Amino acid sequence: MPLPLNGDNTPSFISELLYRLKVRDVMTRSLFTVNKDHCLRDAQNLMKQNTITGVPVVEGHRLLGIVSMDDIIRALDLGNIDHKVDKHMTRNVTVLEDDMPLAFALSYMEKYHFGRFPVLDKTGELVGIITSRDIILHLLIAMNHEMEIMEEKLKVPESPEQTQVAEPTIGIVKKEFVNRKFDFENAGRPSSEIKKLCVAAKVDSKTIRRIAVASYELEMNQVIHSNGGSIAFEMGPSQARLIAADCGPGIEDLEAALREGFSTATEWVRSLGFGAGMGLPNTKRVSDSFSIESSLPKGTTVTCSFNLSPRGEQDVS
Amino acid sequence: MFLSTIVGRLLLDSCWQAWDDRHVSHAYTSDLLSDVMANAQEGQALITIQAHKNTVAVASLFGASCIIICNQRAIPDDMIAAAKAENIPLFVTKMNQYTVSAKVYMLMES
Repeated sequence: MPLPLNGDNTPSFISELLYRLKVRDVMTRSLFTVNKDHCLRDAQNLMKQNTITGVPVVEGHRLLGIVSMDDIIRALDLGNIDHKVDKHMTRNVTVLEDDMPLAFALSYMEKYHFGRFPVLDKTGELVGIITSRDIILHLLIAMNHEMEIMEEKLKVPESPEQTQVAEPTIGIVKKEFVNRKFDFENAGRPSSEIKKLCVAAKVDSKTIRRIAVASYELEMNQVIHSNGGSIAFEMGPSQARLIAADCGPGIEDLEAALREGFSTATEWVRSLGFGAGMGLPNTKRVSDSFSIESSLPKGTTVTCSFNLSPRGEQDVS
Repeated sequence: MFLSTIVGRLLLDSCWQAWDDRHVSHAYTSDLLSDVMANAQEGQALITIQAHKNTVAVASLFGASCIIICNQRAIPDDMIAAAKAENIPLFVTKMNQYTVSAKVYMLMES
């Protein structure tokens, strides 16, 4: 049965945890492995002694395959239990990367129905293994921790009014969208909403395009690089404005971040077609005015605005 | 050129049926979504191997006439659902990006 953790009914705190925690935060690091010269019985003994259900087969730190309980049962059935593991191990192993969000691990478990996934680091070396038990255990720890914080908060009287510095508004249309770290599932939704608002307001198509490019890039930046953030969209008669504010970790080298081709994205983010170092340069290029502020570890705020052509001209088009 | 002509000539497989025929004004080929976002033009077909939902978001934002996924990449169900919801015809083919681009180009120029 799939873990009921990644669906529409999952409380947002849990969903956020699933994106905030990485595979490496949750995986088991102490590994029981065999090399290819061991026989299946060695793997079976390892499983029995350590109450585990799968043993990676390695050569140094390189993963060659995995022997699962199923492989052992089959070998016992066929009398192969004294054969070398490399004859009977599963070779095409589905693996996870250590810096993937936990949500990925969960969706892999549902997709492939394996009980465990070996975890590799950036260099392809085996660094751990993750099972659904690891995930549940760490979620419970995180939930306990969160409950403690909530109980703490209940003791203190209500904090005084939130000191939110309000940007001067220009807006008739005003909307705010939230982006979560690594939530590729929902990425793009804010931008298409913003585009729809512009279409409804009869903004000319070239300007809509510029706004869409900026909002999409800012949104993807928050999904890929930030700990989550929000994008506010405001539109008045003569100007539209996007304010993207995230809650950390901030940009170390702003100048580099504005240079085309500079990127700090990980390999698997790049494999999805992102992280080419074009986000901020693209945003700056399409905006009529652009400003960026960033501080470590507090976060980054990008504000960009777009001049809208006068009403009269829009009505003609 | 009409989309139906391209689909017929290149024998593309439709990932969802019953799309409305539409005009295609050339194509843009790239696997880098930021690049697509920055340079693709409204009405162009998007030729790529990026078979995931975010491609649909990008295609919808720049106003793609359709998406053609190359190299017979497996298309996830949520991508098909998103494409359908955004009314963007989605196709898959065994051919690679180079071949698809060349064929579309030849068709357009002929």
